[in-house]
Amino acid sequence: MNLLVFLKQSCETCKLVAPVLKNFLEEESAEILCQDSSSFFHGLAVRQDIGLRRSWESKIETVPTIIRFDKDGKESARIEGWDSEEWADFLQIEIPETMLRYKPGCGSDTLVPGTYEKLAAKYGGEEIKSRRILVGEQEDEIEACYSRGWSDGLPVVPPTRERVMRMLSGTSRCSHDIVGVVPPNLVECSVEKIAINAVLAGCLPQYMPVVIASVEAALQDEFCMHGLLATTYFSGPLVIVNGPIAREIGMNSGGNVLGQGNRANSTIGRALQLVIRNVGGGKPQEVDRSAFGTPGKIGFCFAEDEAGSCWQSLALERGIEPGCSSVTLFAADGVQAIVDQKSRDPESLSRTFAAGLKSVGHPKLALASDAILVVSPEHERVFRLAGWTKDDLKKRLKDLLTISGDELVEGAGGISEGLPVRFKSKKIPKFREGGLLIVRAGGKAGMFSAIIAGWGASGKVGSAPVTRKIT
Amino acid sequence: MNDLLDPTSELRPPKRVPLKRLSDLQKKTVGLLDISKPKGDIFLDRIAERLHERGVLVKRFSKPTFTRLAPLELKNEIAGSCDAVIEALAD
Repeated sequence: MNLLVFLKQSCETCKLVAPVLKNFLEEESAEILCQDSSSFFHGLAVRQDIGLRRSWESKIETVPTIIRFDKDGKESARIEGWDSEEWADFLQIEIPETMLRYKPGCGSDTLVPGTYEKLAAKYGGEEIKSRRILVGEQEDEIEACYSRGWSDGLPVVPPTRERVMRMLSGTSRCSHDIVGVVPPNLVECSVEKIAINAVLAGCLPQYMPVVIASVEAALQDEFCMHGLLATTYFSGPLVIVNGPIAREIGMNSGGNVLGQGNRANSTIGRALQLVIRNVGGGKPQEVDRSAFGTPGKIGFCFAEDEAGSCWQSLALERGIEPGCSSVTLFAADGVQAIVDQKSRDPESLSRTFAAGLKSVGHPKLALASDAILVVSPEHERVFRLAGWTKDDLKKRLKDLLTISGDELVEGAGGISEGLPVRFKSKKIPKFREGGLLIVRAGGKAGMFSAIIAGWGASGKVGSAPVTRKIT
Repeated sequence: MNDLLDPTSELRPPKRVPLKRLSDLQKKTVGLLDISKPKGDIFLDRIAERLHERGVLVKRFSKPTFTRLAPLELKNEIAGSCDAVIEALAD
C-alpha cells in the first residue's frame, strides 16, 4: 500500500491517531510527514515537512490526512480527520472499540493567515510572467511606485509577489489568460496584469471577478475605450455592479453611493483605470487629452440597490438572468444633482427629471450623450405608490424629451450652439434609443436624484453601454 | 532588496526613423484625412484650395468616426496612393 500521511504535533486529533498508525506500520509501510516537528510520537518514524512544501503540493487542508496512491503514483483516495469506521475501511485494519468514534481534524499550517500566499509565491504552480522590479532596501516602496509612473496620483499598494498571488486566488481564471487588448498601445492584457493593477488599486482578492469582467467589458469594441480615453471630453469608464456579488463583497448601493468610504466601490473602478494607464499606456497629458477630466476618472463604481427596489434591475433589463451578477460599463461624466422635494405625483416628478436631463451636454444638443438617471428611494417611492414601472417612467421621459427642432437649431434662443438648421421643422429626441439608463440607488432620506451624463459621442459614433456577466 | 511585479505591458517600442521630408510638392499627391469631427471639412476644403493653387494633386479621405482608429484598409489606401497626408482635427 502506497500511503502518505500528514500530521501536526499541536493537533489533538493527530495525537489520537498516532497509536493507530504505529500499529498499522508494524506490518505495512507509509511515509509520515509532520508539519510542525520532526519528532512526533515515540516509535513512529516521522519527517518534518520543511517549508510545508509537500503539504502545499498535496493541497492539505486538514490534519490528519492520509493519501493513497495507485501504482502509477497518482492519488487514488484520501481521508481527513478521524472517523474510526472510515480509517478501518481505508487502512483495512481493526480499530479498538474503546477508541473515540469521531473527531474532526485541525487546520493545516498551510492555511494559517498570511502563509498561503507566501507558499503560493514560493511553490505556486502557475508561473508569474511579469518582470520583477528590484527596489532598494533604503527605497520606500510606495515612492518607488510613484517614481515609476504606476500611480494615478494617489498612493498605491506595492505589488509584491505575495500580494499578487493572493489577488490571483480570488479568481479561478488562469493567470495567463488574455482578457483583451488594451488601448491606446493595443497590448494584450492577462489576468496576471489585472491582478497586479488590482493590488495597486487596493482591491481585495474577492473583487477580482468584478475587476476582470469590468476590464473585459471596457475592451469590447462598442464601448470604444480608445476614443473615451483620447477624447477632450470629461468622461471616463463607470462600472455599475448588479447581482449577488455586490452584497457578497460588501458594495455600497445606499447612502453616499456615488461618494467615498466603501473599499469595493472605491477600488474596482480604480483597478480598471490603472489597467488602462499601466497596461495600455493611457495617461493624462499624453493620449488622454481630456480638457477637464472628472473626479470619477480616479475610479467610478457603484452597485444598484436591487433589494429595495420594486423596479426591474438594470441587469435584467439588459438581458442578464435573475440571480446572476454582472457589470455594466458606461462612459460617464460627473454627477449632476436633481432636487425635487415637492412632487408627490409621478407626472410632476417626471417633468423635473426631464428638465434636468435636457441639460445633459447642452440644452440645445440632442442624440449626442447618453445618460444614467440614478433615482433615490424617496423619489422611486413616488412612482411605486402610483404604480409606475421603470418602463412607464422611460416612456414618459421620452415624450417629455422629444423637442421641437426650432428650439434646438443653431442660433435659436440667441445661442450659436445647436443642431444644424435642417432639423428646424423636426421633432428630435434628446437621447438615442436605449441611451437613457435608469437605476435605483442612494440613501433612504433625501428627495434628490442624480444624473450621470455620458460622453458626447454615444452609440455607433462613440461609446455604447456594455453589460457583461461576472463568472 | 524587495521586488515588485511590473504592472505595465513591459513594451519596448521599436525605434522608427521618420520618413524623409518632401523637398517640394511639385507633382506630388497629398491626402487630406478628415477624422469626421464637426467643421473638419471646412478646414480641409480651404487646405485643398491652397494646394490646388500650387498645382498639387489632392485626394480626400475620411474616417468613419473620430472616436475610433482609422481602419487598416484606409491607412493602406492613403499610404499606397499619397506622398504626404494632412490629418484634420477640428471642432
